Amino acid sequence: MSTLPRPAPVIETRGLSKRYGETVAVDHLDLAVHAGEVFGMLGPNGSGKTTTILMLLGLTEPTAGEARVLGHDPVREPLEVKRRVGYMPDSVGFYDELTGRENLRYTARLNGLPRAEGEARIAEVLERMGITDVADRPVATYSRGMRQRLGLADVLLKRPQVAILDEPTIGLDPEAALEFLGLIRGLRADGITILLSSHLLHQVQAVCDRVGLFHRGRMVLEGRVEELSARVLGGAYRVRLAADGPDLEGVLAQVPGVVRVRREGPGRYLLEAQRDCRAEAARRAVAAGAQLLELSLEQLGLDEVYARYFEEARDGHQH
Amino acid sequence: MAISTETPPTVAAVGRQRAGSPWTGLGAVALKELADHLSSVRMQLLEGLMFLVALGTVYSAIQNLRTTVAEDPFLFLKLFTVAQEPLPYSFVAFLGFLIPLTAIALGFDAVNGEHNRRTLSRVLAQPIYRDALLFGKFLAALGTIALVVLALWLLVTGLGIFRLGVVPGGEEVARGLLYVAATVAYAGIWLALAQLCSVTFRQPATSALAAIAVWLFFAIFWDIIAGIIASVLRPPLDPFSELAHAQWRLWLSRLSPNTLYAEVVVTLLNPEVRALGPVLITQLERALLGAPLPLGQSLLLSWPQFTGLIAAMVLIFAATYVQFQRQEVRA
Repeated sequence: MSTLPRPAPVIETRGLSKRYGETVAVDHLDLAVHAGEVFGMLGPNGSGKTTTILMLLGLTEPTAGEARVLGHDPVREPLEVKRRVGYMPDSVGFYDELTGRENLRYTARLNGLPRAEGEARIAEVLERMGITDVADRPVATYSRGMRQRLGLADVLLKRPQVAILDEPTIGLDPEAALEFLGLIRGLRADGITILLSSHLLHQVQAVCDRVGLFHRGRMVLEGRVEELSARVLGGAYRVRLAADGPDLEGVLAQVPGVVRVRREGPGRYLLEAQRDCRAEAARRAVAAGAQLLELSLEQLGLDEVYARYFEEARDGHQH
Repeated sequence: MAISTETPPTVAAVGRQRAGSPWTGLGAVALKELADHLSSVRMQLLEGLMFLVALGTVYSAIQNLRTTVAEDPFLFLKLFTVAQEPLPYSFVAFLGFLIPLTAIALGFDAVNGEHNRRTLSRVLAQPIYRDALLFGKFLAALGTIALVVLALWLLVTGLGIFRLGVVPGGEEVARGLLYVAATVAYAGIWLALAQLCSVTFRQPATSALAAIAVWLFFAIFWDIIAGIIASVLRPPLDPFSELAHAQWRLWLSRLSPNTLYAEVVVTLLNPEVRALGPVLITQLERALLGAPLPLGQSLLLSWPQFTGLIAAMVLIFAATYVQFQRQEVRA
């Protein structure tokens, strides 16, 4: 491997587990997040993402295993961890009757910031999140997007080395979500390591350097998005084809490279292939007397990776 | 590959002790909560009610006392304890009724409110322990109540000076301040109970009802139940068993903070009270009936009750603390 010694991971867990009675929320998790990267913990609700985050912050005690955040043990030194790590919970809440600025002031005091320093930082983070003009309105009047921005301002207030964001885009419309993900991506430029969790795989895959896919408390897959799709989907291509005319299922199955043909509706087919077979498929379809209406190559995202992985895992069990 | 430079986990060697002070952030939490309480509509309503009651009862007490100004050495204590038509109760009785309600109103949504507003995990993700959050809330609410009770006491005393034209003596002031302290301790019990409910029940309405139910139980039913239990255990048949019955009954009713508080108040504000509970005729031999006790003796008489109030407050708070520490943060 490389001769340069890499620094110790910013977040590291070894065999981290959490059980609630019979239920296993997190099952022997080995996680390593390195300085300056954006790591996405992805998976459906209830796959152990939030529990993992709470254990990293020392808000829940692990049943077994251990974690290190910036070299500190969250169980024994939670204050040291929480001083350096910003956390935005899913559907972050504020004191509605207070203004945005007052809410941040409370956070500043809890972090032990001197008054002048606190005020300066509050102004700075409000400006950065673009909510200065609403800062002196009660939070009750904020829209969902503004609350989310205030949540990120709250995280940045303590100038964290690590930001942990739980479902940061939940409840946002697609446009606001993209904008918000842009803000998150911007933090990376400041050298903040970001750990974010989401169940919206396709939405966050673009901002993550690396992702870990969670399923029932286990991290089943981990790596770069392209790596994962190559590994799981085997460099697969997916071609969508729509045509009027005779049934093409048999014809398309004969196309070289096609692994599988699925009928999606009348005259609509989905080809899974090992290479881009659009030209050949079109030629054969037309030769068979069909009128080609649509032909497209589909980009495969994490949703497919996830779905396919479990399809295979299930099949593997059955055989 | 990334190889961690961490030393391997030596949990046994280091111990599971947590690092850092549990008081970190206590001041920030207490100040924020204090500001919330003092500006909240809830508290302003209760304050208004209490000041009205104070003015009403004391004004009517003054009407009564003006005729006997010269005769009473403890005129200022009478201000608190004398009831006069048309008001059925004295200031002390009214306050004994309103204080638990106020304490419950300030505490019933302490923790579940944070849960429901989804602020709990965000606040606990700041560098503070849960200890600071719970204790800060407790201190702030107790401070609010102490402020109100002290203000009421000053108001009543000032009104007395103004209307009666007499200045309170040193002992009256001391007894008055001790009364304020006892009232705050009594409020602390109900506050701790309300916070316990706020940790136990997720719905603020449930929590408030549960706390009020406990208060009603002790305010109304406990004396009756104590009487019944005492009758079952020691049926009063002859003078000896009657005494045993009375003692059992008193002992049982002292399990209620209301009884403890009432006994402390009666001892502190009525210097003539020399015993709490049944007194035998032989014990009255050579007693100076009606002669006031010095402050030290009154305090000594009510000391067990006084410490009982504080102990109950501490115990309930400790129970709340244990439960809150074990609770999951996630909503």
